[in-house]
Amino acid sequence: MPVDVEARVIRNTRLSPDYNVIALAAPDIAAATAPGQFVMVKPGRGSTPLLRRPFSVFEVLRTNGRIDGLTLLSKRIGVTTQMLFDAVEGDVVSCLGPLGQPYSLVDPPTEAWMVAGGVGLAPFATLTEVLRARGTTVTLFYGARTDGDLFYLDWFRARGVRLMLATEDGSLGDHGRITKPLERALHRGSAVEIMIYACGPEPMLEAVAHVAARHQRRCEVSVERVMGCGLGGCYSCVIPIRDGPKGHHYVRSCLGGPVFPADQIAWD
Amino acid sequence: MDLSVQIGPLRLKNPIIAASGCFGYGVEYADVVDLSLLGGVAVKGLFLAEREGHPPERIVETPAGMLNAIGLQGIGVHRFIREKLPELRDRRATVIVNICGSTVDEYVELARILSDAEGVAALELNISCPNIKEGGITFGCSLTGTHDVVSAVKKVTPLPVIPKLTPNVTDVASFARASEDAGADAVSLVNTFLAMAIDVETRRPQLSNIVGGLSGPAIRPIAVRMVYECRRTVKIPVIGMGGIASATDALEFMIAGADAVQVGTANFVDPFIWSKLLDGIREYLQRHGIDRVADVTATIDTTAREKEWISS
Repeated sequence: MPVDVEARVIRNTRLSPDYNVIALAAPDIAAATAPGQFVMVKPGRGSTPLLRRPFSVFEVLRTNGRIDGLTLLSKRIGVTTQMLFDAVEGDVVSCLGPLGQPYSLVDPPTEAWMVAGGVGLAPFATLTEVLRARGTTVTLFYGARTDGDLFYLDWFRARGVRLMLATEDGSLGDHGRITKPLERALHRGSAVEIMIYACGPEPMLEAVAHVAARHQRRCEVSVERVMGCGLGGCYSCVIPIRDGPKGHHYVRSCLGGPVFPADQIAWD
Repeated sequence: MDLSVQIGPLRLKNPIIAASGCFGYGVEYADVVDLSLLGGVAVKGLFLAEREGHPPERIVETPAGMLNAIGLQGIGVHRFIREKLPELRDRRATVIVNICGSTVDEYVELARILSDAEGVAALELNISCPNIKEGGITFGCSLTGTHDVVSAVKKVTPLPVIPKLTPNVTDVASFARASEDAGADAVSLVNTFLAMAIDVETRRPQLSNIVGGLSGPAIRPIAVRMVYECRRTVKIPVIGMGGIASATDALEFMIAGADAVQVGTANFVDPFIWSKLLDGIREYLQRHGIDRVADVTATIDTTAREKEWISS
């Protein structure tokens, strides 16, 4: 059952001129969150912004082993993300959650290959922790515009995650899209089962879904649609889900997702 | 303290109703809200058949409001009765079913079907959705159309009938009168204002449907005025809505003439708003020494303003 918390900002770390990680004192939500779930967030009390915005839970924070908050990875693109970028310690952010369907977890010998584009890195910190605790081998394919937009690399390395990077300007890792190293790795093949988890811009998700299908690998994607309420009330965040070979029907991504099996989505 | 209100033959335990289109089928919210505490739950508009709705983007935020063009995605009346109504009954919700049709016969058929279903308290006739061509807006924008659909539905159902009026007309009060003349038990207003928003960088409309319905605090003063006009025109109960986000907003509508109110967009912002609204109304009644919330309705005091206006 989701709860609504007037969460105090514990700290706000700017990672770049556009990206920040904001830590919120919402321990109950943090403790109940499974990897891939999200919260609906509204900074400030007025009518701007009016609606909450969805954010994946980035990290679950612990002090001396006790869960005391969560963080959100945010990129400054609109009113809400600007306010989250500008927020200072002690500010209050309304935080409703946890919401939605999480990623399915896999156990060894199956390997986890996570594919992140930009701010789509968000669900993979908690997923890494949960999977590593199960002993699952984790690889992160992580793409961004430029090397300055790739964050938390040491965080993932410290948790034994193999990193495969790509930048659109070639400043770090592969030059181009993240599907390039993904495709190459899939071509090399793997003796064990692989589960691909993806989160990022929808064109990237579609590309990853096609790559996964070509190589007959299981794949789950986390979609981000414009969302009004997060609880199934407004019917704005729908995603077309396949109905037979040609048809589709709309499913609310707040309830049915945001994580969907990639082959269920009617990409075209 | 008595929070109950009378909407025609229907007694509501309080004047706060979840607005259609903003509360799913009610069951989505059963985990966070005790549905039996609400005056009523107006479920998402139902056609006879299932409907796909518009492709995304379906909503966009605008100053102090939002535009939507969902396109009445829905499961149809039969699945609603089978899959949703039993849970609403179990949770003791007062269910107001919002119905939509493309023809008078469809409204009549829906009313017949729902009259036989157990657990429906009233029918709200959606003759005002701005987002679909074939829907009831053609009835809602014509006085004779409004009269025809209301009187046809009244003939086939013992349930209270509440046409939901569009604000996208010159004189909404005349539509309230047409509804009253046709035998409506109450009217509800306003549905959303037809509006649009454009991304100037791409020059594309922000909604796939190009136009959509504006709701939220931005429309509240216009909606209050329209409720006030309807109250002065008809004797039947008026259910007011449009941007209500606090007890003060709800009371403003009641003072203007509403017997009950609906809350929509604010539920998206705060799904826990319902108990806050009821607490705020109780606090107001106590502070003003009023025993019954129904005594707040249409208590707007215009005398001083009228005197000032006459003497100036």
